[in-house]
Amino acid sequence: MITLDFIVNALALGSTYALLALGMVIVYGILNLVNFAFGELLMITGYSLFVLSLGPRLPWVVMAVLAVGVAVLTSYLTERVAFRPVREHSPTAMLITSFAVSTLLQNAALLIISPRARGVPLPKLFSMSARVLGQDLPIRNLLAIATSLLLLGLLVLLLRRTVLGIALRAASDNFRMARLLGVPANLVISAAFAISGLLAGVVALFWVGRTASVTPTIGAAPLLVAFVATVIGGMRSLAGAVVGGYIYGIVFSMIGILLPPGMMEFREAFMFIVVILILLFRPEGLVRGAYSTKRVG
Amino acid sequence: MGKLRAWLEHNSTFFVLAVPLVAATGITFAIGDLLIERIVTVLFIDLVLVLALQVFMGNSGILSFSVAGFMGIGAYGSVLFSMSPAAKAAALPDLYPLLANVQLPFLASVLVGGLLAALVAAVVSYPLMRLSDAAGVITIFSLLVIINVVLVHWSRLTNGPRTLFGVERFTYLGTAAVFALLFLGVAWWFKESSVGLKLRASRDDAHAAAAVGINIVAVRYRAFILSAFMAGFAGALWAHFITSFSPYAFYMSAMFVFLSMLVIGGPMSISGAVIGTVLVTVLREGLRNIENNVNMSGILPSGLVGFTEVVMAVLLVGILILRPSGIMGGRELRWPPRHPRADV
Repeated sequence: MITLDFIVNALALGSTYALLALGMVIVYGILNLVNFAFGELLMITGYSLFVLSLGPRLPWVVMAVLAVGVAVLTSYLTERVAFRPVREHSPTAMLITSFAVSTLLQNAALLIISPRARGVPLPKLFSMSARVLGQDLPIRNLLAIATSLLLLGLLVLLLRRTVLGIALRAASDNFRMARLLGVPANLVISAAFAISGLLAGVVALFWVGRTASVTPTIGAAPLLVAFVATVIGGMRSLAGAVVGGYIYGIVFSMIGILLPPGMMEFREAFMFIVVILILLFRPEGLVRGAYSTKRVG
Repeated sequence: MGKLRAWLEHNSTFFVLAVPLVAATGITFAIGDLLIERIVTVLFIDLVLVLALQVFMGNSGILSFSVAGFMGIGAYGSVLFSMSPAAKAAALPDLYPLLANVQLPFLASVLVGGLLAALVAAVVSYPLMRLSDAAGVITIFSLLVIINVVLVHWSRLTNGPRTLFGVERFTYLGTAAVFALLFLGVAWWFKESSVGLKLRASRDDAHAAAAVGINIVAVRYRAFILSAFMAGFAGALWAHFITSFSPYAFYMSAMFVFLSMLVIGGPMSISGAVIGTVLVTVLREGLRNIENNVNMSGILPSGLVGFTEVVMAVLLVGILILRPSGIMGGRELRWPPRHPRADV
């Protein structure tokens, strides 16, 4: 049944997915890089929370800010160390690099921490619920929606009102032209990776908030979500990413109540069939960007 | 005589690569050490998979994640035919009656595994071949995810995410070596064939290739099916070597191994595929040895899980930075050796 609880749940899912898709597209738009290591940024955030909880007692908000900071730093460092040197080679080289970075981070977590799940501290607020219009709504979902909207608002301000934002948008429209006009490539790309890390970090707080634990392979699911959402919305448009994220969240929730239980296991396969169909028939996604994906035949 | 000589010289790469592989097989037989025999057998199976990856990715330039998925299709497809009805009743009680009572000889089953993978590729891949670059990679990656989800959840056929037991061993060193040599020849023949040449042309410059009348989608399509067949065949061989496995053996971590082998060796040449496979196998075994020794000695309380993968990933990124086209850089080994620039 479509209840208020269901709507809030779907919107919360959509909000987190929108941030994930945005984090993916902001790098893809500029560098044409599908970053397979994006999911690992969420894992890193989760483990940072775990490690911080071992030390002196800090308020949760401080720990969360620090953990998101680690994600931003990691994202920046992967760009600096791995992606920048291969940037001038083929796009395939960059893709393989991102796949290698993903494997590296995952196994580093295995090596340094443990293959087993680790508990992550959560604020009390995450397990409480608020009573709205006679229904109990989890505060975690309301927080996810509010945080996403706030972050999207700030990002819009950054992209529209600041020099860096305009440079980012110009670079994602036409990177070569932007460089010719004096936009420093390294700065713009680093900024894109940092923003990508920030978005991944914030999503991670809510992602690990569901299970209160983190494993080395936790990044796989959000990576797939980001893929699907960006393809639905349009790989070349930041607005499209947000639209795609919300649509994915809502459709995924709807499938949850529409699909017979026997087929639920194949839900992911269905979502990926949607991806393939969209790439074939509308490769530019729902929101058309500057130019559509190259295709032969 | 002149014709034969020219033919031999043209195809000398195959022989230059085949001789050490045959020699390695002989030496392994002579040593008779069980562990070394296992390592070399897996090396040969991996070689077929890396060659499968090379056939599509090396010639078309499109990163193909689906090889691991087709390997899985081949593995499960062959096992369903090679297991005895009794073994199937025990391992897969809900199996469709039609399949429960058939049993084929090993070789026929392995062939069925390869053909099944090729069939799946033939049915689904034609439209995907239109996409290049990032879109191409995401769709082929999606294919891997779909195959994996189906393998994990189609419990009646695959025992779901659980390990499937009761497969009889068929693949030994000799079997693996014979098929590795066979597919080495196939991959070489494909690269040198007219379809392979057209595909390589489309990789180097899609617009120029299309302008001289090459149907890019059609040549990619053929390479993809051949690649799937080889991957399926190798998966079937592997299934009858390892004898118990789960769908997770055919996913990202397997793909990482094959990709690192091909990319380190050099994706654009057959020699690169062979050299990469051998080199990475030796490295991985060495690293795993270190890992095992540390774990056994108990120096570290938590052990060294993931150490091999970390080193391999660093190495892979290092190769991509320093030598993005791999050790061979698109060149082939030849006899008599040519000037390095001659066939770039």
